[in-house]
Amino acid sequence: MSPEAALAHGAEGGALPDDADSAKTPLVSIRNLSKYYVRGDQVIPVLVDIDLDVGAGEYIALMGPSGSGKSTLLNLVAGIDKPSSGEIRVAGVDIARLSDADLALWRASHVGFIFQFYNLMPVLTAYGNVELPLLLTTLSRAERRARVDMALALVGLSDRADHKPNELSGGQQQRVAIARALIADPTLIVADEPTGDLDRTTAEEILGLLERLNDDLGKTIIMVTHDPKAAEKAHRLVHLEKGVLVE
Amino acid sequence: MAIPVGYIARNLVARRLTTTLTAGGMALVVYVFATVLMLSAGLEKTLVATGQDDNVVVIRRSSQTEVQSGIARAQAEVVETLPQIALTSDGRPLISKEPVVLINLPKRGSGKPANVVIRGVTANGLTLRPQVKLVAGRMFQPGTAEIIAGHSVADGFQGAGLGETLRFASRDWKIVGVFDAGHTAFDSEIWGDAEQMLQAFRRTGFSSLLFRLNDPDDFDAVKSDIENDPRLTLEAKREKRFYAEQSEALSKFIRYLGTSISIIFSIGAVIGAAITMYASVASRTGEIGTLRALGFSRAAILTAFLGEALLLGLLGGVAGLVAASAMQALSISTTNFQTFAEIAFSFTLTPGIVIASLIFALAMGFIGGFLPAARAAKMKIVDALRAA
Amino acid sequence: MFVSLLVLRNAFRHKLRTTLTIVGIVVAVAAFGMLRTLIDAWYAGANASSSARLVTRSSVSLVFSLPLSYAQKIRQVEGVEGVGWANWFGGVYVNERNFFAQFAISQSYLDLYPEFVLPDAQRRAFMADRQGAIAGRKLADKFGWKVGDQIPLRGTIYPGTWTFNLRGIYDGSDEGTDTSTFFFHFDYLNETIKRQYPGRGDQTGVFIESLRNADDAAGVSAAIDTTFKNSLAETLTETEKAFQLGFVSMSEAILLAIQAVSYVVIVIIMAVMANTMAMTARERYGEYATFKALGFSNGFVAMLIFAESLGIALLGGALGVLATFPLAETFAQTIGSILTGFKVSGETVVTQMLAALTIGIVAAAVPAWRAARVRIVDGLRAIG
Repeated sequence: MSPEAALAHGAEGGALPDDADSAKTPLVSIRNLSKYYVRGDQVIPVLVDIDLDVGAGEYIALMGPSGSGKSTLLNLVAGIDKPSSGEIRVAGVDIARLSDADLALWRASHVGFIFQFYNLMPVLTAYGNVELPLLLTTLSRAERRARVDMALALVGLSDRADHKPNELSGGQQQRVAIARALIADPTLIVADEPTGDLDRTTAEEILGLLERLNDDLGKTIIMVTHDPKAAEKAHRLVHLEKGVLVE
Repeated sequence: MAIPVGYIARNLVARRLTTTLTAGGMALVVYVFATVLMLSAGLEKTLVATGQDDNVVVIRRSSQTEVQSGIARAQAEVVETLPQIALTSDGRPLISKEPVVLINLPKRGSGKPANVVIRGVTANGLTLRPQVKLVAGRMFQPGTAEIIAGHSVADGFQGAGLGETLRFASRDWKIVGVFDAGHTAFDSEIWGDAEQMLQAFRRTGFSSLLFRLNDPDDFDAVKSDIENDPRLTLEAKREKRFYAEQSEALSKFIRYLGTSISIIFSIGAVIGAAITMYASVASRTGEIGTLRALGFSRAAILTAFLGEALLLGLLGGVAGLVAASAMQALSISTTNFQTFAEIAFSFTLTPGIVIASLIFALAMGFIGGFLPAARAAKMKIVDALRAA
Repeated sequence: MFVSLLVLRNAFRHKLRTTLTIVGIVVAVAAFGMLRTLIDAWYAGANASSSARLVTRSSVSLVFSLPLSYAQKIRQVEGVEGVGWANWFGGVYVNERNFFAQFAISQSYLDLYPEFVLPDAQRRAFMADRQGAIAGRKLADKFGWKVGDQIPLRGTIYPGTWTFNLRGIYDGSDEGTDTSTFFFHFDYLNETIKRQYPGRGDQTGVFIESLRNADDAAGVSAAIDTTFKNSLAETLTETEKAFQLGFVSMSEAILLAIQAVSYVVIVIIMAVMANTMAMTARERYGEYATFKALGFSNGFVAMLIFAESLGIALLGGALGVLATFPLAETFAQTIGSILTGFKVSGETVVTQMLAALTIGIVAAAVPAWRAARVRIVDGLRAIG
């Protein structure tokens, strides 16, 4: 079985929804989403009444000037922040209603993260970093090893498995991060400026990798980016300005 | 040009928790250090102040303390005839022949027993000790079983207060007065009539003799007269010196123990300072690069970080001293193992101790901060800016 | 398994910082152990003494002597098995710094102390020589004395230079027995004194009694004291243990101070370690946020910090305990004769490790709590 196919049929985490349904019911369904901060007696709105749908297998890019709220929207969909009001349904579950503990468990099996600065653990090797999400599962050491090897092979880093992050280039570190994002076969891949810290060539490689994840593995990707070249790869562009969606 | 002090100080304020913990550690060390020195100073002050410049104490040769010493009446009479002794208003020699014994009394509160000095005195004995003043009650009647107690004894021991009665040597003794000896050893003594004491304790001889010199410079002559006289087996010391010697062992012990403890503790505090300063340098790599790019010299960087470390030490030192100075309200009572008797003394803060403590604190800051500051100064500008 | 790997690697990320912290803990734990051992040694004499032997002395003060004639009357008290007497000599050997205890003892004294082990030949030689003396093993080793040596002592209470022939060296039958004392014959002291100062003869400092029945201590003590009530010199009789404890309580204030100070050192190092953990945790907020984003719980993050703190603290504690033993050895050699029984007890070791444990827990408390509570988005912002 090829690495791609194996991941596609996945271990824990959400299985890909069946074809007929997926076209009709969006994977992610956001209604009346608002987020604001209170500073003293001032109320500062970040997101105002957002409605958004993302279909399974879609690749969308969130864009907008700095302060537009795009990162906040991403954080909310990824379950690492809570909205002030509204609902966020992912694969049928309104995550805005989950408790913190449940949200943590939900994230472990439903979301894969890719950050601008990779966010790898400096004390772990590439192998160890990729393995990290699997430690929240009940898989045996052998089962984990199998999956990690596959994920590393997928991103082309099998020969760097025992390198620590400070021994890898920026592009290589981001690929480790991508492998980590895939390992638990998540419902959603969430990327915040994934090419922000990379040079042009490397950025192209990473974007190419993301494209393959979407095309070949059918992964749903939501990406925040400034980079117009990155946006080109997406199916759909979503613009935000001052916390509001604009066409 | 030097980096402004404000920059240095503000960095300490910015990382409040770290500053507090590090300075706190140093404050504790300084507190222990200062307290021990204060204890030793308090002890010395008590014993050294005990004594007049022109008084001479005579005890049996090699006795070291009054309690161990015994002077036969015959020998006392020989000493009495020395020409250098001052005269009282009635033209008699101003000399006091005193028996000194130790008794065991229970302390107030804990009830634990401790040795207390009982001194048989005469009217001369009081004249020779002008620093002793009655603060309550009255003087005992000679020829009776009345006694007066130093205020440390009256406060610290059961049955030794004004109006109370003590039982020792098979007799009852009533405390009719309390005296204050101005923070000297006599505060820890009980005084009674010399002859009564001699009888009660069945002594044939005295423990010590105390007399005043006509001329303080006569001391060497008197000393040689006494010590070279074949009839006498005695030695003479200036009163001040005599009491100072009695505190030497205890004082030295306290100082040794305390200073070693402080130095060991300071290792912990210095390590704390080093850790803090290393982290401080590491987190400000970019700033250091920028400052150097702007034109500040390596020496300026070194001074700035050393300054930060010294300031940290100073904070700790002042805090420790403030805490230690509060100890002056307490008084300690313990057995002086040289004399076997209980002695009460308190903590004395001298300017010397303040200076020593501050220097100690600054030294801790300096030692802890030197290597980190050197590291900051050695950084190459480009490396520092890149790492930021 | 994985967690230990993570914790171990994280602990040594900053080698210098962790090493400095460990050194600090080693010093603190060793100092703590030494101070506690010092206090133990102070009480050691009392603890090693017997509850089945009684000490009788003047009720007024230890400084006063009792008439030798009392021995006869004490022997007749119900419950008393053997009677001996001893007098403190207080001499100086070469100079004041070589302090050790010296006693003039009765012929019967050694019978009362079965814990002093002396070869028969040496014992006989000692008994036969008026000017004979015996010394404890620790004392003899300190000054390099051999049987047959002449030991001169300069008297302070009893003036003059006194010379003794060392006829034996005794050992203790068990660990706690003191072997730092010098004994010689009371008769020799008494006869010499009576020649020079007739009034001071036939007096002794204390009487020692052994009991027929060890449980009778209180009763026999009271009986002895009643015998001498209202006489020239009233007595106070108590068990040897109570007698020794009396000495210790005289220095109570100092002992309390030393005890307090021993805890201060732990507090100092706790502040240092708390500082280390606070700085370390703060630098890793980004990583903690990432863990949480990946789905690890708040508790997991707190646990990482506790584990690291405890790991460092316990390692430092263990090393500190190991360092205490050679330190105690060196110390014992220098002040061994004044303060016998300077040995690190098992209880001290346990207390030292508990102190290390406390340091680890307290140092991690606030940083762990803060890290557990840091919001994911805030923590992520710390990166880059």
